[in-house]
Amino acid sequence: MNISDPSETFRQEARELLDQLEAGLLDLEQDPSNSDLINSTFRALHTIKGSGAMFGFTAVAEFVHDFETAFDRVRKGESEANTALIGVALDAKDHIHLLIEDPDAPNEGGEQILVALRAIVNGGPVEAPAPIETVAAPSAAPVVAVPNLADSAKRWRLVFSLPSDALIYGTNPELLLQELAGIGPIQILALTDRIPDLDVIDPEVSHISWQVDIETSEDPTAAIDDVFLFLRDNMELTLTPLSAPAAAPVTVAAPAPSEDAMPEAPYVPEPVVEAAPVAKAAAPVKKAKPAEKAEAEKPAATSLRVPAERLDELMDRVGELVIAQARLSQIAASSADLSLKTIAEELERLSSGLRDTTMGIRMVPIGTIFSRFRRLVHDLSGELGKQIEFITTGEETELDKTVIERLADPLVHLIRNSVDHGLESAEKRVAAGKDPKGTVRLSAVYSGAEVAISVVDDGAGLNHERIRAKAEENGLIGPDAKLTEQELNHLIFAPGFSTAKEVTALSGRGVGMDVVKRTIDGLRGTIDVTTTQGKGSTFTLRLPLTLAIIDGMLVRVGDGRYTIPLAAVEECVELPEGIEANAKGRNFLDIRGSLVPYLRLREVFGIKGEAEAHQKVVIVSSGEGRVGLVVDQIIGNNQTVIKQLSKLHSGIKSFSGATILGDGSVALILDTAHLVASGQSYVDRNLGRAA
Amino acid sequence: MSDDQSYMTALTIRLEDELFAVEASRVREILDLVPITKVPSAPAFVGGLINVRGSIVPLADLRVMFGMDRPEPDADTRIVVMEVDIDGEPTIAGILADKVHDVTDIETASIEEAPKVGMRWRPEFVKGIGKRNGGFIIIPDMEKIFESPGGRSPSAAASEERSAA
Repeated sequence: MNISDPSETFRQEARELLDQLEAGLLDLEQDPSNSDLINSTFRALHTIKGSGAMFGFTAVAEFVHDFETAFDRVRKGESEANTALIGVALDAKDHIHLLIEDPDAPNEGGEQILVALRAIVNGGPVEAPAPIETVAAPSAAPVVAVPNLADSAKRWRLVFSLPSDALIYGTNPELLLQELAGIGPIQILALTDRIPDLDVIDPEVSHISWQVDIETSEDPTAAIDDVFLFLRDNMELTLTPLSAPAAAPVTVAAPAPSEDAMPEAPYVPEPVVEAAPVAKAAAPVKKAKPAEKAEAEKPAATSLRVPAERLDELMDRVGELVIAQARLSQIAASSADLSLKTIAEELERLSSGLRDTTMGIRMVPIGTIFSRFRRLVHDLSGELGKQIEFITTGEETELDKTVIERLADPLVHLIRNSVDHGLESAEKRVAAGKDPKGTVRLSAVYSGAEVAISVVDDGAGLNHERIRAKAEENGLIGPDAKLTEQELNHLIFAPGFSTAKEVTALSGRGVGMDVVKRTIDGLRGTIDVTTTQGKGSTFTLRLPLTLAIIDGMLVRVGDGRYTIPLAAVEECVELPEGIEANAKGRNFLDIRGSLVPYLRLREVFGIKGEAEAHQKVVIVSSGEGRVGLVVDQIIGNNQTVIKQLSKLHSGIKSFSGATILGDGSVALILDTAHLVASGQSYVDRNLGRAA
Repeated sequence: MSDDQSYMTALTIRLEDELFAVEASRVREILDLVPITKVPSAPAFVGGLINVRGSIVPLADLRVMFGMDRPEPDADTRIVVMEVDIDGEPTIAGILADKVHDVTDIETASIEEAPKVGMRWRPEFVKGIGKRNGGFIIIPDMEKIFESPGGRSPSAAASEERSAA
């Protein structure tokens, strides 16, 4: 990614704005009279238009302008934001997206959308909006409206002063003036009236304004825009055609006096159309304004865009620091030097803070992708003719950005699955005594060091007979295989598995759930499925908060040291002596009344020799399940920088990665989710058989 | 170092009493023995992990693949860190060497294909055999060795069975 490419920056920004726009439109559908929503929608549109024009995406700017014009009636309360309007507006949003990705694409669909939009807004094609386009469409304005005036304006007076910080950022006014001279023969007059007295002057601030008379037969607006491209945020700039009556200066002052008053001027149809030709002549100048306003609207420097690679690099550095700090702590611990101990502790505190901050930078609220799903459900609802209420909660839950990006696909598949397979048709729902409107809930909550994301529907639930029949047909299970409910539910994640009788446009190919499973596995997450016949299903994805650094508990098994993610650890207990004798061959611990299976890590890792006396059990949990891990010794807590295992070792499921310890040696990180799952299948087998 | 195509610049190492040659271009560094972390349920060939200046690198023992004895490391034992393509992806791995000799040019013309019969080791692991000072130098095919089933961890099945039991 080349961050310095301005049009790429625009695309990125526009994509975010389009997401905002979409969210706004969908909200508006629920709450059509909310003027805040209408205004925020309008603002998103407006910003896209402004920056689109600034970066040369004229097709985008023109289309958005027309869209905005139509939408303006909604904003003024002259038309209602009904479902039809939202539908067309969403189409328009898609069209803008298309134009942004491929600015040279033919603009055919656009006109139809606009026609539909105007028809809805005006209740039919109305003459009134037509002249707006003539005035405001940048290319059309001078030609159609006032060709003679524009041509005759051979002398233009430009008065400008630079933003107060321009000199600090290295702007050279002389070069700007030279650039202006490139437009045509110019006369420059420096306006020195604002220069303060010498004793109060700040030499780093530009106090001089300039009055520049340019002689050119063409409209110099675009050229002047180019000259001040990077300065327009805070500068004052006035351009007046000298041959036009002096009463029509067009002020383009960036700091908008009022947010809502500003955009009015160029788009309100009536006053402009009825105004004297002067106003029309001024139109080309005005078109520069939206961009400036959009820029000014953004609070300065509250956020900045950083390439993800730099964050990764920062994370790596912090990881190395944490490892170095662990070594220092180890040396300090074995030293008698009090000052060394003090500084080691200080450094530990700092590096742990730095680690948290760095990871915090990578955290993004999951709501950023939730909004996409609202659109998905909106569209699916239309396609399938099902009424669906889509409820999202926990948008503010934060996850590592890379995790969030990779989550989008699996969630699309899960939501489609719920809408298409889960929810019944309205008739069936009524017949079953349910609300004809189905509900799909998407929620995210923190649970320990994991985030649980659930997709819940109130549909028919998974049909276990059909899953079993299909699985037998596909040869996934034998005809008399004994499966737990959970195992049966998990069959739907097998590749190529689908219980749909026919392949629809939406689903039935058996690919989607396989994608879900593989992506979640890749993120070291787990999937739980619960279902109640006739009541609905719940799919819960559990994901680690971050993929980079965790707090770990260091344990020893044999001579090997291993790290257990601390967030998964529930408690540590002593393994009762002689438990073997009374266990009757079953490895269960009684933890305050509940049976917890345990795994002897010495056996799991194939370590030879007698187990040591006084073994400890670390109880870890993942999702609903718990398992005890029997270790020889619990060494302590440490910050663990997770390093992925190479391809040579990625097949070993017991480990999710490795880390470097304070003494420079390598310790493997236990994959608790996997260990819990194998403990759980042990429970199912043993208790299932016993029951 | 020679860019001439008629020479292969190689690092020579000794395993047991045989001389092996590794393309010098793939060698990253040579380390003294460092602490090795055993990976339970990994195949003997790649049974360890080492820390190479902050990166965790799998450690392979070619002696396993060539059916040699594996005596305890001694003062001459070194780790050669090199780049190996695994499934087309460049991967950093270390290999144990009983002794590292030198970097030498082997005449390409002197390299012969491994004979199909009469060798103590599997012919597909040997890219060729070069001659130098009257002795033989074995040029192992790193990619084949690392991609062979013995070079991979077993799929979850084996370890899962054990952990569940």
